[in-house]
Amino acid sequence: MSIFRRLLSQPTPYRLLCAASGNCVVTLLRCWRGLSAGLEMGRVGLAGVHQNYLIGVDVGGTNTDAVLMQGAKVIAACKTATTPSVEDGVIAAISDVIEQSAIAPEAVTMLSIGTTHFTNAFVQRMELDSVGVIRIALPAAKALPPFSGWPTDIADIVGQHSYMVRGGLQYDGSAYASLDEAAIAHIAQGLREAGIESVAISGVFAPVDNDLERRARQIVLDEHTDCSVVLSSEIGRIGLLERENAGIMNAALASLAKRTISGFRTAMARLDLSAPLFIAQNDGTLMSADFVEKYPVLTFASGPTNSMRGAALLSGLEEAIVCDIGGTTTDLGVLTRGFPRESSTSVDIGGVRTNFRMPDILAIGLGGGSLVRVEDGNIRIGPQSVGYRLREEALVFGGSTLTTTDIAVAAGYADVGDGDRVRHLNRDLVEAAVCEVHRMIEDGVDRIKTNPDPAPLVLVGGGRILVDRPLAGVSTIVSHDNADVANAIGASIAQVSGEVDRVYSYTDLGRDKALDEAKAEAKRRAQIAGAEKDALDVIDIEEVPLSYMPGGAVRVRVKVVGPLAEQGVSQ
Amino acid sequence: MIGQRHPNTSVASVSSALVFSEGDLVDFARGAAFLGTGGGGDPYIGRLMAENAIQKYGHPSIVSPSALSDDATVCFVAMLGAPTVLVEKAVAGDDLERAISHLAERLGRPIDALMPVEIGGINSTLPIVAAARLGLPLLNADGMGRAFPAIQMVVMNFEGVHATPFVIVDEHLNTVTVETDTADRAEAFVRVVATQMGMSCVVSGYPMTGKQVKAATIHNTLTEALEIGRAVALGRQQGNPVQALLDRLSRSEIYGYAREIFDGKIVDVHRRTEGGFTIGSCAIEDLSDVTRQMHIDFQNENLIAKEGDRVRASVPDLITIIDRETADPIPTESLKYGQRVKVIAVAAPKLLTTPTALEHVGPRAFGTDHDFVPIQQLTE
Repeated sequence: MSIFRRLLSQPTPYRLLCAASGNCVVTLLRCWRGLSAGLEMGRVGLAGVHQNYLIGVDVGGTNTDAVLMQGAKVIAACKTATTPSVEDGVIAAISDVIEQSAIAPEAVTMLSIGTTHFTNAFVQRMELDSVGVIRIALPAAKALPPFSGWPTDIADIVGQHSYMVRGGLQYDGSAYASLDEAAIAHIAQGLREAGIESVAISGVFAPVDNDLERRARQIVLDEHTDCSVVLSSEIGRIGLLERENAGIMNAALASLAKRTISGFRTAMARLDLSAPLFIAQNDGTLMSADFVEKYPVLTFASGPTNSMRGAALLSGLEEAIVCDIGGTTTDLGVLTRGFPRESSTSVDIGGVRTNFRMPDILAIGLGGGSLVRVEDGNIRIGPQSVGYRLREEALVFGGSTLTTTDIAVAAGYADVGDGDRVRHLNRDLVEAAVCEVHRMIEDGVDRIKTNPDPAPLVLVGGGRILVDRPLAGVSTIVSHDNADVANAIGASIAQVSGEVDRVYSYTDLGRDKALDEAKAEAKRRAQIAGAEKDALDVIDIEEVPLSYMPGGAVRVRVKVVGPLAEQGVSQ
Repeated sequence: MIGQRHPNTSVASVSSALVFSEGDLVDFARGAAFLGTGGGGDPYIGRLMAENAIQKYGHPSIVSPSALSDDATVCFVAMLGAPTVLVEKAVAGDDLERAISHLAERLGRPIDALMPVEIGGINSTLPIVAAARLGLPLLNADGMGRAFPAIQMVVMNFEGVHATPFVIVDEHLNTVTVETDTADRAEAFVRVVATQMGMSCVVSGYPMTGKQVKAATIHNTLTEALEIGRAVALGRQQGNPVQALLDRLSRSEIYGYAREIFDGKIVDVHRRTEGGFTIGSCAIEDLSDVTRQMHIDFQNENLIAKEGDRVRASVPDLITIIDRETADPIPTESLKYGQRVKVIAVAAPKLLTTPTALEHVGPRAFGTDHDFVPIQQLTE
């Protein structure tokens, strides 16, 4: 009980933000010195090199967008169609912005790419590796073996080599069983003989201490030198099955990650780009290309994240709601300290439940291509949409389908296509549809918020022309000329993060020491990912007292963010 | 002592109407989550373990209490501990067998059938795992007709069945047996042992005769949970899941009365962990009349719903917050600002409203200053 009281009695720099997930989650956000500067030009650009040119690319399911930036200034932007071979679209988009800005390819100091490629591969079960899974858990957890709850179509591809061995930890980090090293060596030999090159290792309470997982990895690599190994503790959170699933997903994408990165490098060579390559991850920061080869799942849902980061940059707002209106859906998210708020619940990806870091996004079925119809005298909008066929099927483009874009044109506040084609629409119908569009967004805004206070809203995405009126629960609406390519802009922002999620005993260690340890570990991880050592800021601390637990066991999550180190650029 | 799979003369061979197919388990888990009234933990892991066990060992036969001979021996099996630990260590499987065989040894007679202690969260599905593994029948009954947070809060205790011997087993099959004079003291001792076992263990207790089962448990609750979950699924297809839920509950022989007592959105949630429980409250604002608010207090499960000073429903009646569109029950740990919800109050099974029962599970047992008034009287 003491922890909660102590937090409440902290002086004002701490704010109690929310109580969500698990038992009693107390999120503390301290007004950390300096981060407020994080989105100003100098901090956003690479330290000391912000005069240089950065290219950000966002590869979505439909469009590949690119921007060429100088610090926070957009020099050139373009939108092209995503191609079956991802590299071709990337090459087209990058060539376009280089040509527009008339700079030499050598002048580009950094290329960063955001891509949904890995998410799509997993969801569509394409190009996945068979994974060797080793769970350190026996004698516990036998009733819930690896791949429990996986759809059979994907378990059949990925899950033919799964094993459980003796070993594991209690919640306090003490071992309830020692590691069965001989069994692991034996399994590794078998995997080598079977030609399995990607291995995922998981262990009970590994987030508390991952010594057993690391020891197991060493044994596997001793026996099977060429394989790649991912540890559940490197990706997921408390919750064995979900964390293990995240590790397996990651391992299943290992060779696709290598091929994709190599494809991007080929594209760069063809464009004479020698700048270092970075990939956007789903917390709004970047990772090096080498890093993404190891952790491709960290790109999952990076699309909405990039839009939100771009929105933060364009608007200059750090605390806001971002509303990204596309052709079929609207993604709503919340910026806190300039970064997307994370989801606190488990997420299903391709039918597999996981719990690794994901942005908290609310998708609603409203976009520029959403169908508008009248049912029983009421206006119904979406979720069906003409999607990317908007420019053929919408009335204003000469088609025969009434869409939300037609409504915005008919109401007189959007100017696309041929306005004459919607002049015949009934005034009342248009007014009712406009109201419904705004009501849907208001409803979504209220759902994504954590309190009723009005908040600023940043509008991005091609569908933002649908919004013309004040919205309930919104203090101001901010939009920007380049909001179409907010995602590519977001991908170009050079910040790196490090995160830790671990159980500490406050009784043994004391709260201050435990938090210090967690911060130091998060900073160490950020540096490994390429962050500059002395410019890291703590952006989030979450403390969860574990219910029923003696010894003051508290689950602590700390996240730090900082600019990319210079050697990261000059490497 | 166990392992005498068939024939089992203590349980009449009746063809069971209840077979848990995979789709059934999804519906069952949803229904059990509703009856869990916000507590009981996430039943997802329990459902996966049940699916695994059924795939490997086959479907357990599910029997009605009336199929038991009066001298049959029955016990419950459950998981006890911290939900956070359960999601790491899950259940070993052989720990379930150990708990039941040890209890049988202690009693000096074999166990003839298993029973869930509560019909909410993980402990509604775990007995399916145990019954499938052991080849024992699973009773279509439970000890609460809902979920409550402690060992003494069961109908068996109110009706004079002894809680002990009570067996506690960890993943190494280390076993402790507790024998106490009262169920309250059993609860106190078991928590200490559970802590030493790493805060997640398998327990079995309340050994009963068939005769006691017939009088001192709530019958047919597995069917109820399944049909409640199924009604919601069907209701969704027809576009009226909330009405379908209310209709099903009103037809129920166990509950028989259900009302929507509020329709609104969550505007505030407070939660804290105290004495091993998640304690807190939430406020819900009426969607059309912002001057109307409902406050619900919870201790793992929802305890009491009030509008101003007026009590709208209280334990032991069931209070569940559901999504107003999908009718999915929302556990207390997932409540958050902005959710559009309805509050459903359901009459408690009769065995929970006797004077003795109310001493243990009435509003005053949870530290509130109200006497229990049945939902039927509060609504009419």
